[in-house]
Amino acid sequence: MLFTSYGFIAFLIVLFALYYLIPRRFQWLLLLIADALFYYCAGWQGLVFMAATVTVAWASTNLMSSSLAKQKSFLSSPPGKELSREERKAVKKQGEKYRKRIFILALVLDLGILAALKYTNFVIHNVNSLFGANIAGVDWLLPLGISFYTFQTVSYIIDVYWEKTEAEKNILRVALFTSFFPLLIQGPISRFGDLSRTLFAEHEPDFKQISFGLQRIIWGYFKKLVIADRLLAAVTTLCGDPTLYTGAYVFFGAMFYAAELYADFTGGIDITIGIAQVLGIRVQENFIRPFFSRNIAEYWRRWHISMGTWFKDYIFYPLSVAPWLLKLSKAARKKISDSFGRKLSVYVSTIITWFLTGLWHGAAWNFVVWGLLNAVFILAAEEFKPLSHRFRTKHERLVSSFGYRVFETLRTFLLVSSFRILDCYRDVAVSFKAFFSVFTDFNWGSAFGDLLNIGLSAGDYIIAGIGVVMMFTVSCIQEKHGEVRELIWQKKLLPYVLFTLLVLAVLVFGAYGVGYDSAQFIYNQF
Amino acid sequence: MTKTKTKVHIIALLCTVIFTVLAVWLLGKLLQPKYMSGVLEGAMTAEYYNETSPHDVIFIGDCEVYENFSPVTMWEEYGVTSYIRGSAQQLIWQSYYLLEEAFDRDSPKVVVYNVQAMKYSEPQSEAYNRMSLDGMPLSAHKLAAIRASATEEEALISYFIPLLRYHDRWSELSSEDLRYMFRRDPVTVSGYLMRSDIKPMSKLPSPPVLDDYAIGDTCWEYLDRLRLLCEENGARLLLIKSPSQWPYWYEEWDRQISGYAEKYGLDYINMLPLTEEIGIDWSRDTYDAGLHLNVYGAEKLGLWFGELLTEEYGVPDRRNDTEIAAVWAEKSEAYHALYDAQQAELKEYGYLKSWTLGEEK
Repeated sequence: MLFTSYGFIAFLIVLFALYYLIPRRFQWLLLLIADALFYYCAGWQGLVFMAATVTVAWASTNLMSSSLAKQKSFLSSPPGKELSREERKAVKKQGEKYRKRIFILALVLDLGILAALKYTNFVIHNVNSLFGANIAGVDWLLPLGISFYTFQTVSYIIDVYWEKTEAEKNILRVALFTSFFPLLIQGPISRFGDLSRTLFAEHEPDFKQISFGLQRIIWGYFKKLVIADRLLAAVTTLCGDPTLYTGAYVFFGAMFYAAELYADFTGGIDITIGIAQVLGIRVQENFIRPFFSRNIAEYWRRWHISMGTWFKDYIFYPLSVAPWLLKLSKAARKKISDSFGRKLSVYVSTIITWFLTGLWHGAAWNFVVWGLLNAVFILAAEEFKPLSHRFRTKHERLVSSFGYRVFETLRTFLLVSSFRILDCYRDVAVSFKAFFSVFTDFNWGSAFGDLLNIGLSAGDYIIAGIGVVMMFTVSCIQEKHGEVRELIWQKKLLPYVLFTLLVLAVLVFGAYGVGYDSAQFIYNQF
Repeated sequence: MTKTKTKVHIIALLCTVIFTVLAVWLLGKLLQPKYMSGVLEGAMTAEYYNETSPHDVIFIGDCEVYENFSPVTMWEEYGVTSYIRGSAQQLIWQSYYLLEEAFDRDSPKVVVYNVQAMKYSEPQSEAYNRMSLDGMPLSAHKLAAIRASATEEEALISYFIPLLRYHDRWSELSSEDLRYMFRRDPVTVSGYLMRSDIKPMSKLPSPPVLDDYAIGDTCWEYLDRLRLLCEENGARLLLIKSPSQWPYWYEEWDRQISGYAEKYGLDYINMLPLTEEIGIDWSRDTYDAGLHLNVYGAEKLGLWFGELLTEEYGVPDRRNDTEIAAVWAEKSEAYHALYDAQQAELKEYGYLKSWTLGEEK
């Protein structure tokens, strides 16, 4: 059931109505039923894998939690005589060992399902290439949203292991946390501690929140159907034939893809957060106007925030304090240099984190290279920080000028758009060749002349252009004044007028229905 | 929120809903293709509902009926009242549901079904489905027809909210869309789509060899339903294969239809071997080299078929019924005016500008 299908709209209408009609204490159960139905529509087999992930998460967290509770109660009131310090330490160590075993087993099982289903063919392909083997690929099902729900569940297991979150005793609640349908398609990857506060709560209908939710949903559909899916035709044409479309065409392709991906992904997240808001559930923001970023590190604090913080919290930080890496760092300080040794753990952690981030996006080398490129540029920026600082201090007036801010923003935008070429062509060699052709094939004249022959008509450009300007305007207002809907809400009838106009704009100018190859959300494929 | 504020919001919400629904309806009306020039076939289904007098004969089928039979000739020469419920590539299940619906309004004595469409046992094209079904008013018949016809890309709801289907026509809107937003001009006379230009038949291509000549199960199922529907409504079902020379009508198909007719005691007339008897001159009576008849051919076929209907099937001569005669007098007038208009265009442009998509090269 695609977010853009009529079936999904009908599903939402029925769900919203039922949600506020039934006794409040059953609301979360209704959501669970809705999740099962939504997931069932994508194939019942996926439900089996999800059930396995849920069971592992529920069982492991409860085993760890009960072990911890037992340990605490034993230590606070031990049977018989008072325990010595060593005895207490031994009891703690034994408990920790037991919990660690369960924790590792749970991670292996949950991540194992993801790894097996998503990466087996990637491994086979590479083994075949490396060793000239001829192992046949597998045709295994890739359950809907497996990367998202697995990461969400793994974060829950880790948080319970780290004692940051209490284990949930009710398996159905764990199932709802794992399978909450708006998050399944493209996140945000939510944390149990954040989501559970409102996910399991009873919600009275709140007119303002429901209105805000519906406004956000329709704004999401506008971005997805009017902008992203309209630009899809041009991106498909330009990336479809890298031998024909070189030079300036690659530049145009990257620009179209930047707009398409942003509208697609943020549109999907708007729909997700809007649905949750109508249901009274708070879901964290996943974007804070990323294209306004002035450097790549800032960009990654603004783009797909939930994924970035997931990798930071569960990969980068634990890695950078991992005993083996600290040992390596220490050795490097002694043998190479003090400054190199001090940076080594951050460098290694950054590279591994971005390698895994790339791999999470897809089982292909283009994603891995994309991840590593991000790592290289982030580390390079870090290395050049003193130089940059000197420049900034020396040219304070220039740096604080509007023009320089625009320059930095454009520079970051062009940089991340260049990285994304790897995503467009899905092939490392082709992507690099295409990228370098921008500087070698000066075919701007023919590329401009061909703009009407790449799947978009003049009308399409006007509509997509207006859409992009609208997105940009809303982002500017948000950047300056905060929540746009709050501003609009102050004006009596404006929210209704804008809502109606948006609905009509989506219905008339949306790229949907017969004749359009309705695209899945791009992040759904990751 | 205060009570007054809540009230304001509720009123605003209601107005929003009403306005949105109204706008969706109006935009649907604006963006729906009107089929008033160029491709006229999409306007044909809806015209039936403007009929004011009953019909003794109803034709159902595809272009081989609505282009090949002239109901006005049958009326003028034999007093036969007939209507052609046909549209482009009208599939048998669409013919079935259109007939089922027609029986709610009409009591024909004879139903004539052209079997050419029996070669299609699966939904074919969304565009043709639309042309056949968009004109039907909302009813159980329409719903069933959509369900039977819809291709994979089609959504049921878009038949009821046309904006969902035709929204992308915003870039091709013309003055015709505004002019015909709420009304249509008739494009047929009693379901007959006139063409008075001539393109003689030349050598036809060799018929392609098919993998399978068996007529599909779905077609047989609907032919059974069609037969039973006619029986229930006291109408005689007559199966025909009209004299269009192309697409090729295979012997194998003909044998299967003959077998069916024989089994159920139906009449089946294959007109292909009868063209001489009918008097069709393929150098003058076709407008597209043998695929369809033009008005001259349709009139000849109308003459021949009208005689058959009155003599063999007892279809009454209604010319003495003043009410019916008045209605048909108007039809005759429209028919001849249409012919004159086409002749004028042929004289002026050398081709039918308003009835085609452009001059054929």
